Amino acid sequence: MTIQEKQDEIIEEFELFSDWMDKYENIIQIGKELPMIEEQYKTEDHLIRGCQSRVWLHAEYKDGVINFTADSDAVITRGLISLVVKVLSGHTPKEIAGADLYFIDSIGLTSHLSPTRSNGLLSMVKQIKAYAIAFQVQEQK
Amino acid sequence: MDIEAIRKDFPILDTKVYGKRLVYLDNGATTQKPTAVLEALDHYYKTYNSNVHRGVHLLSQQATDAFEAARTKVAAFINAKHTYEVIFTKGTTDGINLIASCFGRGFLKAGDSILISAMEHHSNIVPWQMICEEKGATVKVIPMNEDGVLQMDQLPALLDDTVKLVACTYVSNSLGTVNPVREIIKQAHSKGIPVLLDGAQAVQHIPVDVQELDVDFLVFSSHKLYGPTGVGILYGKEEWLNKLPPYQGGGDMIKTVTFAKTTYNDLPFKFEAGTPDMSGAVGLAAAIDYVTAIGLDNIQKEEQALLAYALEQLTAIEGLRLVGKSPERSGVISFLYKNTHPFDVGELLDKQGIAVRTGHHCCQPVMDFLGIPGTARASFAFYNTKEEVDILVAALKKAAAMLD
Repeated sequence: MTIQEKQDEIIEEFELFSDWMDKYENIIQIGKELPMIEEQYKTEDHLIRGCQSRVWLHAEYKDGVINFTADSDAVITRGLISLVVKVLSGHTPKEIAGADLYFIDSIGLTSHLSPTRSNGLLSMVKQIKAYAIAFQVQEQK
Repeated sequence: MDIEAIRKDFPILDTKVYGKRLVYLDNGATTQKPTAVLEALDHYYKTYNSNVHRGVHLLSQQATDAFEAARTKVAAFINAKHTYEVIFTKGTTDGINLIASCFGRGFLKAGDSILISAMEHHSNIVPWQMICEEKGATVKVIPMNEDGVLQMDQLPALLDDTVKLVACTYVSNSLGTVNPVREIIKQAHSKGIPVLLDGAQAVQHIPVDVQELDVDFLVFSSHKLYGPTGVGILYGKEEWLNKLPPYQGGGDMIKTVTFAKTTYNDLPFKFEAGTPDMSGAVGLAAAIDYVTAIGLDNIQKEEQALLAYALEQLTAIEGLRLVGKSPERSGVISFLYKNTHPFDVGELLDKQGIAVRTGHHCCQPVMDFLGIPGTARASFAFYNTKEEVDILVAALKKAAAMLD
């Protein structure tokens, strides 16, 4: 599936929930499916500091695509990063660097991307893009 | 107290969030404003807005009169001996920075120390660290126990010859602890050391009389006392304010200016450089009128009853941990659910229409001491009701079920 198809699938899934609490229940559930970062990568180096919760992210570049694993000490944040990881994992650096993550807005979670929200999601998206750009440069050399 | 009538004075309390009636339990961060305050601001701008102190024209005189009347009102509210002991600031943080800077420049030297408490807000830590670093002085700390109660037995030894000032919060914004400030002031004064009280979380909950407390400096914010944002108060004893050098330079704080030498104005203007927040002062005066009409004693009684009810109800939730267990408390209740992140709890309460605060509440040393990332904090005002506590409890139970 392309990044766009994955996003559209998530949007469709979230259309089922009219109530915020149901939506959050689903986000928490999705968080449980997040490919867990290996303990060895849960270090300061892999820590993305958000103001309210901590997020660890590890990127692995293999066979032309990047796969991400992550974790957070807050379950809602874990759900949100799980969605982002699902959408972007397994794609090429170029696809990831250029991806427009419109699904976050479509499922009503734009507020989580506000810099003042500081829950780590925005920093994580930035970090993922930074990895993608770095691997892209590496590839071109 | 007729809470339903009082709630009608606060239009924002009718707001709906996510289709639910707002339950506003973030009063420790800022309180809502009664119509009387909103109307005072509106009236100020519509009828006599003008710059104070310098104008010869009628509007300027009216604005000056209103601004100075606000000062008199604040002085009466805290029972200051003299009106000129009341300085308008931008807020609590500004007031502490003013004293840290002026006291530091006037009285601190290498080897001296400032004594603060373990539960200070960052605004009562960082300004002291900054001036101490500049002067080669140090910041010392009165420790607290796991319940969030100051270890007063350690105070006599801490008040050694190096201490030049004690800066302590009256009520903790993260734990709700009411500190034994009379005892702290008594002990400090017995060694000739002045005391600054951070009253940001106190003046809206507890009647404060600066003469009875014999406190040297008191700082607080208008916006936590039902007044507008952007204005605050520094009270200082006349003898101290006269001894301190001025803070910022500018208009209003001078008597005469030549390129060779400037002479400074008398109190209170010496510490009020630039155009002050006139409308803010007028709004604060209206807030004080509003609070005084209800009676701070009545407000305190009502809030204590509500706090006791909330504590009882929250303690009954299985897995809920209270953070801060001082027997003397006011205003806020901090809590955690099992080992979940406070952010999750806050988010799930928000989506049920309840406004609480999550995080370290600008008290990172408190959280480090307790070994937690932060807390969720419900903070109460006299317009909150038992029904709202019940809504909070039901919402917490729902959140807990989702987080289990």
